[in-house]
Amino acid sequence: MNFWKKRSEMKQKEILTGYLMIGPLLIGLGVFYVYSFFINIFYSMTNKKTFGAIKFVGLRNFEKLFASEKFWTALGNTFKYVVICVPLVIVISLLLAILLNRNVSGTGIYRTLIFLPAVTMPAAIGLIWKWIFNYEFGVINAAVSAFGGERIAWLSDKSVVLLAVATVLIWADVSLRMIVFLAGLQGIPNALYEAAEIDGASETTKLFRITLPMLSPTIFFAALMEMIGVFQIFDFIYLMISANSAGLPAARSLVSYFYDEAFVRGNHGFGSAITVVLFAIILIMTALQLYFQKKWVYQEG
Amino acid sequence: MGKMNRTKYKRGHIFTHAVLILAVLISVVPFIWMILTAFKNYEESIRIPMTIFPARWNFDNFQVILSKFPFGRFYINTFTVMIFVILGELLISSMAAYAFARLDFPLKNGIFIFCLSLMMVPSQIFIIPQYDLMVKLKLTNTLVALILPRLFSVFSTFLLRQFFLTLPRDLDDAAKIDGCGFFGIYFRILLPLIRPALISVAILSGLTIWKDLLWPLIVNSSMERYTLSAGLALLIGEHTTNFPQVMAGSLMAVTPMIVAFFFLQKQFVEGIANTGIKG
Repeated sequence: MNFWKKRSEMKQKEILTGYLMIGPLLIGLGVFYVYSFFINIFYSMTNKKTFGAIKFVGLRNFEKLFASEKFWTALGNTFKYVVICVPLVIVISLLLAILLNRNVSGTGIYRTLIFLPAVTMPAAIGLIWKWIFNYEFGVINAAVSAFGGERIAWLSDKSVVLLAVATVLIWADVSLRMIVFLAGLQGIPNALYEAAEIDGASETTKLFRITLPMLSPTIFFAALMEMIGVFQIFDFIYLMISANSAGLPAARSLVSYFYDEAFVRGNHGFGSAITVVLFAIILIMTALQLYFQKKWVYQEG
Repeated sequence: MGKMNRTKYKRGHIFTHAVLILAVLISVVPFIWMILTAFKNYEESIRIPMTIFPARWNFDNFQVILSKFPFGRFYINTFTVMIFVILGELLISSMAAYAFARLDFPLKNGIFIFCLSLMMVPSQIFIIPQYDLMVKLKLTNTLVALILPRLFSVFSTFLLRQFFLTLPRDLDDAAKIDGCGFFGIYFRILLPLIRPALISVAILSGLTIWKDLLWPLIVNSSMERYTLSAGLALLIGEHTTNFPQVMAGSLMAVTPMIVAFFFLQKQFVEGIANTGIKG
């Protein structure tokens, strides 16, 4: 009798402690994220400005958005960033991780130096590359002219500006993904390679039959995270391409468009609508990736 | 046979070194170019043909930047926000992570999955409502506005929960027999054992603040409240053409984290590697 009473007291204490300990997190998430999420969806159906009264306008913001050429260009640009950057970041960082994992002499120094972009703020990266891509005095155009080529307006020519920004994004992201892959490679049991060597497997066979399949869950997850990240590209565009540059329309991403509408022009309602569309796209792309994951990712157990 | 294998092995090594050296050059040359430019004067930076090294290494650009912008403030603001976010986030996330990993209470799994689903939402969707909240609370142009929303991290909670789950249950049971309460088990027994994970979370959350641009740009309009990232955005616009000054500012802004990285390499690498962990 006493035993059961004590047990249930203990149980109650556990429940109470549990709620108390998750309490601060839940309250913060509730206020800053869950509430914000739903109120943002409400805002997307209003004419909210930075200040002043709010009027409900139904789906008019979305109608305006889908009729706007600027939106479709920004959406198209964002998809171009994703299609160019995600595969290249994944392939380059995977290649570097595999090479670093061979533990040749100097690996430590190589790793440290390749890692530098990962601890640098995107704002500084944007400024450094803005200087490198500078039309008159930039180091890339100096090299182009040295080889007898015509200087290129990297950051204002519509046909190259997106590639220039994509280059910077790839440069900045490879180091992060490389570290994740390197950790994944070190988690593959050595016994698998030893067994393959006994069977006389070549390096190529080992790469395609052991390394890549064993690493496929990590690759999948990294590709998903990279995709979600690139969909939100903003910093480099903001720092490298000025608001009056002729290159901006060809480089503008969805988040750049959002920043401009919501915080430069003060159209909060319309800006909210842009973020709702961004959310929907990321949701659909993630669902598609999760669906196709089953086809190529190695499942343990 | 053996000889053939060795030459093949060596050829493989040469290829590995060549690719890695190329990668190092591509990673490092932009930084070197920033440093060299920062020490040149303006005339030198626009000379054609281009000179690589400054004729005289001078600190004028740094002085100009320091006199035009409250750079000292930018440092203090950034570090203050980082310290408060790191400590607050560690406490809030680790408590929740312990409860999710070790305690049993109704709706636990449902709540946890709901929290995880928040990670899927792009952060821009929260920004306008968060900005409004800050306006209503009269917190715009304060450092509190930069700290408050960043204290609550689902990812950190998730990561720490994974680490709590790796610790043996016997630890809890032994402590319980000794009369230790749930909070005591969390704080005195388990928390010290996941120290490496706490360091990872601290580094990741510090880096997030360090890199963040959009939020500080939006919520604070007074230069005195800018972080380094937001402050860098001020360097262009007014000074689009004076790149030696822009590079001097960038160099000052990136240096502290690079120095920290050189001292804490192992911890940085482990921290970043943890971002690859999935459920």
